[in-house]
Amino acid sequence: MSAFTSTFALVRKDVHSELRTRYALNALIMFVVTAVATILFALRSDQPTSSVLSGLYWVVVFFTAMSGLSRTFVSEEERGTTMTLQLVASPSTVYFAKLIFNTALTFSMTIAVTILYMAVFSNAFVIKTLSIFIGTVVLGSLGFASASTIIAAIVAKANTRGTLYPVLSFPILIVLLMTVMGATTKALDGEDLSTALGDFQILVGYFLAMTGGSYLLFDYVWKD
Amino acid sequence: MTLALNGVTKEFNRRSIFRDVSFSLGSGESLAITGRNGSGKSTLVKIVCGLLSPTRGTIEYVHDGKMIEGEDVRNHIGLVSPYLQLYDEFSGMENLELLSAIRSDRTLEDGRIDEVLNDVGLWERRKDLLRTYSSGMKQRLKYAFAVVHRPDILILDEPTSNLDKDGIEMVTRRVREQQKSAILIVATNDADEATWCSKKVELGTHR
Repeated sequence: MSAFTSTFALVRKDVHSELRTRYALNALIMFVVTAVATILFALRSDQPTSSVLSGLYWVVVFFTAMSGLSRTFVSEEERGTTMTLQLVASPSTVYFAKLIFNTALTFSMTIAVTILYMAVFSNAFVIKTLSIFIGTVVLGSLGFASASTIIAAIVAKANTRGTLYPVLSFPILIVLLMTVMGATTKALDGEDLSTALGDFQILVGYFLAMTGGSYLLFDYVWKD
Repeated sequence: MTLALNGVTKEFNRRSIFRDVSFSLGSGESLAITGRNGSGKSTLVKIVCGLLSPTRGTIEYVHDGKMIEGEDVRNHIGLVSPYLQLYDEFSGMENLELLSAIRSDRTLEDGRIDEVLNDVGLWERRKDLLRTYSSGMKQRLKYAFAVVHRPDILILDEPTSNLDKDGIEMVTRRVREQQKSAILIVATNDADEATWCSKKVELGTHR
């Protein structure tokens, strides 16, 4: 019970801290707006296909995640508060709290990207199978958050943080990106839910494998 | 509470920081860790806190006859150190409340945070953000953070840095209180501060 209390206390601290410092939030909002605006200007009056739109949708999510999610650990390292956290919380508490916080950030980000997409590509970005889209966004966000959290913890200990994060993330996230792009295309094309069940299995497996592996690895990343 | 270090050695990239450090302390005992700059005082402090692993050697923590293992150790330790930072975006009061909640300290009695803030002389400024505090006030808040959970082992690294006369008096009062029933470790270059303690370990003498 005390592990849950500790974890949610740390999530509460991170939320309060984020609302006051806007360490990650400003980076995420600015990136979403500028990326969607750039795509809008590039496409102009073209009518992109569903696979192009879903690809661009997840490109925006990927690079937005790269610009903001590493902040959860990097900000602790830069401010010198890592040791304070090590004194009050166990590594598993820190890992799960940061994972919950990053998941909440990723969900907010995908919702914002979806709303912007529906507003600016009102003719082309029409979600015909809502169940596939919701399943993809939820499971995709969980996978993104899980991978980003452990990579952020590793990158925070390095000297070249800015470049290392996307470089390390891309090979780890490529499986996830290909799966969510395929599933989103199915949602835009109006395919039946049963056609996306295989994609969902991959996404669930990815999340469980990534979270389990990260949990085992985190002690070594966090200490020493 | 007893703390015992047996043959603790630390190396970074094959460079030896210190070798075979051994000592044992019981409740009411105190130890000064001294040595020149770079002799490994802060590294030894981190090892005692469980923040770093020794290259060789063992550390044993025993409380009420039972060995304390792993992550439970941190609940028995309070640390004041120049490299320990608190959150600038929160007030002094918020820092203590949030960090106590994360520590999930069920023994923390009502009013304890108020009591320690009063004790370190920060009650009047408790609602101000930390970024508005002077370096001395931040050092005082570190004392409040270190003692709020009544640790069995209090570790002070450069204990009086940034403190004024009143602050130094607060520290000596806190040191005397800790020495009554718990373990005190002071890492310092200051000969006066080293005299607070009954035992002494000098690092950097093996080279």
